[in-house]
Amino acid sequence: VSGWDWSYAFRILPELSRGLLTTIQLTLAGAVLAMSIGLLFAASRRSSFAPLRLGVGLVVEFIRTTPLLVQLYFLYFVLPNFGIVLSAIMTGVIGLGLHFGAFISEVFRAGIAAVPRSQWEAATALHFSRFRTWRSVVLPQALRVVAPVLGNYIIAMFKDSALLATISVVELMARAQLIGAATYAYFVPFTIVGVMYFAVSFVASFGVRTVERRMAVASR
Amino acid sequence: LTYLSQFSDGLSVTLEIFFTAAGIGAVLSIVVAGARLARPPLVRRVAWMYVEFFRGVSALVLLFWVFYALPALGVRLSPFTAGVVALGVYISAYGAEVVRSAIAAVPDTQREACVALHFSGRQRYRHVIAPQAFAIALPSGGNLAIELLKGTSLVSLVTLGDLTFHVQILKASIGHSTGLFTALLAIYFVLGLFITTATRLLERWATRHLRVTPRRGPARRIADPTTAL
Repeated sequence: VSGWDWSYAFRILPELSRGLLTTIQLTLAGAVLAMSIGLLFAASRRSSFAPLRLGVGLVVEFIRTTPLLVQLYFLYFVLPNFGIVLSAIMTGVIGLGLHFGAFISEVFRAGIAAVPRSQWEAATALHFSRFRTWRSVVLPQALRVVAPVLGNYIIAMFKDSALLATISVVELMARAQLIGAATYAYFVPFTIVGVMYFAVSFVASFGVRTVERRMAVASR
Repeated sequence: LTYLSQFSDGLSVTLEIFFTAAGIGAVLSIVVAGARLARPPLVRRVAWMYVEFFRGVSALVLLFWVFYALPALGVRLSPFTAGVVALGVYISAYGAEVVRSAIAAVPDTQREACVALHFSGRQRYRHVIAPQAFAIALPSGGNLAIELLKGTSLVSLVTLGDLTFHVQILKASIGHSTGLFTALLAIYFVLGLFITTATRLLERWATRHLRVTPRRGPARRIADPTTAL
């Protein structure tokens, strides 16, 4: 079995499309979790309580320098030893959320640092509560600055979600592998999958760049 | 303790892949960055497509495509070759952007100074632009090196015996996974720290060469080429 076969390609297309849909859903779930974790980490690293600040800093550094693949294995194979049994999909989303949350926390940190000190002072002067200061003064401005970078990380997460196939989540990559294994013809499914990953991330990064340009114009 | 030999076997394979792929990636990065800055529009377009394409596919998909799909086109690569080619090409798409923006970040005045001193194009790159661009590219380059190190764990999925692969085998043979995977994460973290430290040292070395403050004292006489004849 070799070369390109259109009828075969069309026959497996619906199944691969379902895989793509799963991958996109996983990415969205992972993105929500990663942003929450990122915000939590970023806020902890501004804490006045030194052990929290330094501890979270170390955790972020550790997560950022170790491979996502190994982190997924760790969550999938080691957590059950401690009585925490999660489904493969849950494990995968948590893995993506933690890994990219660590990266995103650095993005948030930069964004928060970019909010002028006078804004904090104004919030204090207006007697805003700490929650209100974050919610209606700091975060809206910080998010605006970091939105494009955030978008790029979500695209990276979309691409890396292919790793979830290794812990038996049946997303796009896993479906291609299953099809390939059943027919011993990997060329067609893997090529289609490659094109799918490329098409989605290319369009998405084009969107991110457009938003970036608009914002650059708007802030001028 | 008998597991130690497995770990060291895996470690040497991981390092071998890392350095080979880094070499391929660095060379390709420079070539592609050069092509993106070249005059002919066609060369520039092709280089742009290269960068966009390889940044758009995921490393795992690229690796699997090279390893499982290319044989259908008659190209059969060993797991090692497939691994280093896929990782090297993948990282070079990011590396090319780092090199390109580093070259662009060298101030225009430096280029103008070269023109004023009548440097040839080769001299200009060799003595003026390359050393400065290198220093500018180092921090991002170091980050990419860490990404590449993390990426090497993917080769365990195409049956190559790196660290991650050996740990998987050990897990299957001895059962308890907690210590194994913790150790594995720790090893990658330590390797990453090595890269960070190496980048920082290189950075210090590279910038020390650049920050040459002019010495006080009488200006040295410069031989005038027209009178030297």
